Formats: sequence, structure tokens, C-alpha cells
Amino acid sequence: MLRRTAYSLLVLALASAVTACGRSAPDQQTAANARGPITVWLSNNAQEVAWGESMVAAWNKSHPDQHVTAQQIPAGKTSEEAISASIIAGTSACLVFNTAPASVPTFEKQNGLVPLSDFPDGDAYIQQRGGGLTDQYKSQDGKFYQLPWKSNPIMILYNKKIFAKAGLDPEHPQLATYSQFLKTSRTLVHSGAAKAAIWPAPSSEFFQSWNDFYPAFAAQSGGKQLIEDGEPQFDSPAGRQAAAFWRTMYAEKLAPQEAYPGDAVNDGRAAMATVGPWAVAAYKDNVDLGVVPVPTAAGTSPDDTYSFSDEKSAAMFSACRNRATAWDLLKFATSAQQDGKFLDATGQMPMREDLTSRYPDFFAKKPVYTAFARQAQHVVEVPNVPGSVDIWQAFRDEWTKSVVFGEEPTGTGLRKASDKISKLLDEYGDPS
Amino acid sequence: MTKLRPTATATATATVTAGTTATAATTATAAASAGAAGRASGRAPGEAAGIRHRRARSRTGALFVTPYVLFLALVFAVPMVYTLWISVHRFYFTAPGTHVDSPWVGLSNYRDVFTDPVVGRAFLNIAVFLLINVPLTVILSLVLASALNAKIRFRAFFRAAYYLPYITASVALVAVWQFLFGSDGFVNNLLGSHAPDPSWLVNSHLAMPMIAFFVTWKQLGFFVMLYLAALQNVGKELYEAASVDGAGRVRQFFAVTVPGVRPATTLVLIYAIITGANLFSEPYLLTGGGGPDHASTSPVLLMYQKGIEQGHPDFAAALGVVLVAFVLVISLVARKLSERGN
Repeated sequence: MLRRTAYSLLVLALASAVTACGRSAPDQQTAANARGPITVWLSNNAQEVAWGESMVAAWNKSHPDQHVTAQQIPAGKTSEEAISASIIAGTSACLVFNTAPASVPTFEKQNGLVPLSDFPDGDAYIQQRGGGLTDQYKSQDGKFYQLPWKSNPIMILYNKKIFAKAGLDPEHPQLATYSQFLKTSRTLVHSGAAKAAIWPAPSSEFFQSWNDFYPAFAAQSGGKQLIEDGEPQFDSPAGRQAAAFWRTMYAEKLAPQEAYPGDAVNDGRAAMATVGPWAVAAYKDNVDLGVVPVPTAAGTSPDDTYSFSDEKSAAMFSACRNRATAWDLLKFATSAQQDGKFLDATGQMPMREDLTSRYPDFFAKKPVYTAFARQAQHVVEVPNVPGSVDIWQAFRDEWTKSVVFGEEPTGTGLRKASDKISKLLDEYGDPS
Repeated sequence: MTKLRPTATATATATVTAGTTATAATTATAAASAGAAGRASGRAPGEAAGIRHRRARSRTGALFVTPYVLFLALVFAVPMVYTLWISVHRFYFTAPGTHVDSPWVGLSNYRDVFTDPVVGRAFLNIAVFLLINVPLTVILSLVLASALNAKIRFRAFFRAAYYLPYITASVALVAVWQFLFGSDGFVNNLLGSHAPDPSWLVNSHLAMPMIAFFVTWKQLGFFVMLYLAALQNVGKELYEAASVDGAGRVRQFFAVTVPGVRPATTLVLIYAIITGANLFSEPYLLTGGGGPDHASTSPVLLMYQKGIEQGHPDFAAALGVVLVAFVLVISLVARKLSERGN
């Protein structure tokens, strides 16, 4: 009796589990042409949410039969983790306006993305909107699984008041070359004007290199990606110079080795930050801002200096049942008119060429953003390769060990990282 | 020790007496049941009724345990079996309704786990953690429980004070720890130039011990409570006898308290090992995802990074199975050691 009961319970439990796992997916052909209500996810940046809600309201007004609901991405340590979980659960929104390019290969592997190239006007629209910058967002199979939407080119933002307090000229900061940057940093810290000259997170998460090494490497190498033609590029003179520069910053305690549990610039603990244009709106009430490009060994003119794009894409997810509506909304949300509204509301750069001439009123009204707009024409994206997250994690592990904590020479760290990444590229398949 | 032997014998006798009483009661119940069941099946009249009664009780019992069995099956057994399956296949999570091959790879994932130096580092970290945390937990909680068991002023306050960190969210306590041990924190300000460089939580030699101390402090209240409960069962007469025999407080502690709470010590030991081996939140929150050169990466944190962040659930599953085996082995060893004196 007891045995029979136990067996029944086990069968019941297994059946329940199987039923729970048996999620249904939309039929690809039907969904591609279907119209109807959809949901979109926005990042939790306050300005971006305000723009998203306004954009959706405008859409809903003229499309009452295709109602769009805007929500913020579910909470998670990173939006990528939340999106990945939603793909697996089959609960992702139709469109997510905050998809990191580094995660696109993973989402593709999970069968979570709808190839935008499959829409009849997909490739043409994306390329016409983004111009020459768009090709690096194509996936290995030559299709676009993401619409490159906005870039947040990383630059050096500094607090003019702290510079003045340290006896430095806030209108003409000496930050173009590595030696100038180090000298200025020493003055800032040794004068007691700030605890840290600059405070990027020194922690081990794979994406943290996008705020320290990658912008420096892009600038020093004249716009090289981490990987090109299936080969790591950073174990090179440019990579070694960028690593040595940051090693000096950490070794001399100009950049702390411990993560700050808050916002060091907003709290007046750091004089500078490596950030995108989103920070201007975030800091404007507390910090008198100045903006310069990331430094290079010899110093390059701002117009020739590259940086990391910190781009975010809009992507369509395979759980979407009304993809025709989603595609139309995607084009509406990235139209010239909405891009202008987005720029005005957030200060982030829509992925379009010649932003300053396209939206002159905005840049005349808010000149601090002009530097970011110019920088947006000289940006480097993360390489769109399978195993992207593994690759960045392998790099970060060696970076924290050699550059942040100085446990081995920086050259050795870069060489080890390069070897590890070469192996990962072999395991995942040569992308070239 | 010799003087205390008669008392120990007295306890043993009491146990035997209690056992005899229980046996007698069981025998009487069994006899009555047997008579009832026998009447219904051509056996003795009492025997058949007894069988019916036992069946009814079995059904009621099964009904009561059904929710828990279901819970166990769904939340524990199914995922456990699924984990084992994932660990021997090339697997990654995909969108529902899409077909992706998950080929059998045998022990390949396990081979990857055993050859990954980061896994070795994570287990070494956990070994360091357990070597610090477990003895400290056992010793401090027993000593504090003994002190709090005595009639002291503000006893209720002290009991609550020790328990408070245990019921406070880790995130809030981490903030306290960072305030104390951050590079610009209270302790370093006190130490001045004697402060370690790099600082406590980012120092590859100090990060794991700091986490071990943090967890010991946070969980101490729970283990103190366990010992306090166990101490209620240690007879006062044993302390009185020991006192009459001339044993001081320290001698009483080692001769009466320690043997008296041995079953609780086994429980504390095993529980501390299991929770320690499953360490996640503290290295995640305190050291920014594993610290320098994986100095504070734990196996569970690595499972999270590999399985969730990097999309290798097969590797994470194999690592999880290895971790379960690791915990089982050291728990068994700890149990053998703690019960050796019995």
C-alpha cells in the first residue's frame, strides 16, 4: 500500500514537472506576420523610462488595435541575466531596448532572438539608419539579430570643483597623455582634493573591462577590437601600454583596488570617471562636469581618439507572437523623430551618423554632449563572436590579477589572457 | 575524571530504564492490535482489528506526508535527477519549443571540472573557510551557550544580541562589514600604516579568512540557540555531583557539558559544514564576484558564474554533483570524528 502510494506520488510529481517544463512557443511563420498587443522592456534609467513611456503612448494613440505595454526589465544583477532567464522561461518581451551586444551570441545560441534580417526590409532599414557603424553588429551567419540603437561612448568625465580645489585648471585639464593623466591624478590625490583620481570597479565581473581597459586599448590602438579575424589583438604594444598605464594608477593608489559601494563621483570621492553620456543627466545636480577623451601614450586629438561604444541594441525575442507589430514599433521607436526625442530626454547617442548636424538644436542647447556626439563617430564595439562572455571573463581574470593587484607582470597577464582566449576561440569555432 | 564515573553510570542506568518502559508499552499495544485483527481474518479476534487499525493509521499518515513528499519530489528529487542528466550531456538552456541537440558526453564535463584550475582554487578556498569557520563556530557557540545558560544579568538581552545577526539580511550585514574592513574603513583608520595592503577584503591572503570570520559572526546566534536547547537536557545533578567531587567550572565544562551536548555538537558540525560548503552570498557581496585572482571564489559562486553568467549549465551541473559528494564525504568524516568518544 505504502509502496503503491509512493509510486503514485512520484509519477504525479514527475508529470507535474514535465507539464511545467512543456512550454509552448509561437509558430514562426504565423508570428512573423501577426499583429496585436505586445510588450516592450526598457532599462531602468529614469530618463530612458520617461522617453519609452512617451514613445509607447504616441504609438498607442495611432494604433489602438496593436496596444503596446512598456515595462522596465525585470530586476537582476545585470539586465543580461534577466533577459537570459526570460528566454529560457519563454516570458521575454517582444522587444528589449537594452540588449548588450556581448550577450547577443549567447541569446542566439539559446534560440532566443528573431533575426531582424528576415523581415523584408530588415537589413536595408538597419544599414540605412546606422550607416557605416552597423556592420560590426552582424552575427556570424551574416544576419542582424540586433538593431544597433544607441551608443554611450566612454569618455573621461571630471569634476571641475575638485580640480580647482587641487589647484588644477578645470577648463584646461592636462589629461591627454598617460604622463599628463598620471601627473594630474597624483596632484588630485596627494592634495587631498579627492580620495581617488578615478574609480572604475576593480572587481572580477566580465563586463568591468569595458570601463577601464577596453576604452584605453581602443584609443591606444587606433580603433582595434579585442579580437579581429579570429585573433586576440591586445597582446600587442598598444595593449601593453594601456595595461601599464592602468597598473601605475592602481600601484600608486590613484585608483583604488576596492569597489566603491555607491557612486564615487556623485559622492565626491573620485575626481574622474570613465562613463558614457548618460552620466551627464545623472550627475548634473551634484557635479560641475567637464569631459575629455580617454588618454593615449602620446596624446591624440579628440577627433582621432577612439573609445569603447558601450552600445545597447534593440532586439526582438522569439517569445514574441505578434512580430509584425514588433517590427513596426521597432522602426517607429528608432525613427529620426523618436531618436531626436530620445537624445533630448536621455542625452544618449542614437546610432546615426553626423549627430551634431542632424540634431543641431539639441547640441546648441546642451554643448556638454557635443564631445560625446563626436566620440560616437569613433567607437569600437565588443567583437560579435561566440563565447563572448567567456572570453571577456578570461580577460578580466588576468587583468585583476596582473593590473589591479600586481601579482604578476602586466605583459605576462596579457599573454596568458591572449592564450586562453585563443583556446576559447578554437573551442567555439574560428569566427573568421 | 575517575571520580565522575559513578555519575556517568547512573545516567546510563536511567536511559536503560526508560528504554525498558518504552519496550513494555510497545509490547502491550502490539498484543492488543494482534487480537483485533485476528477476529476479522480467522485469526485471533483482536488480531484482525489491529491490522485494520494499523492500515487506517497508515492511510492517514500517508495523507499527511503527501504534501511534503510532493514538495521533496518536485523541489529536490526532480532537479537532482535532472542535474545528474545535464552533467553527462553537452547542454545549454534554450527558448521553449526549440530543438537543440544535447548529446551524451559521458564524464567530459567532470573532466573539465577536475582540470579547471579555478575549480581547484574554489575548493581550496572552501577548505580554508571550513578550517576557520567550523572549529570557531563549534567552540564559540558552545562557550557562549554555556555562559548564556548560567544565571547572569541581562541574559535575555545577550541571547537576542547574539541571535540578531543571524536574522538580519546578509546585504545589510555586508554593509557593516565594509564599514569596518573597507580600505577606508574603521579598522584601517585605527591601524593607520599597519593596515594590510591591499586591504582586508581585496587581499588574496586575507579575503577568505575575512569571509570565514564574517559568516561565523553572522551565524553564531543560531548555533548558540542549538546548544542552549541541548544544554537543557544536561542534568543538573551531574554538575552537582561534579561539584561535590571537587571539579571547578572549567573541569565541569569539559567533563559534563562537552559530553552532555555531543549529539548537538555533531549536528552543529554537520550543519556548519553544509552551510559553509554552500557559501555564495558573502563572497558575491563582499568581494565583488570572487575577489582578486579568484581568491574568494566558492564552488557555488563558480556554479553561478559558469551556469548563469557564462551559459555553461552542464559544467555547473557537474560541479554541483562534485560539491555534493565533497560535502557528503567531509560531513561523514566529521560525524565519525565527533562521535568517536561515544
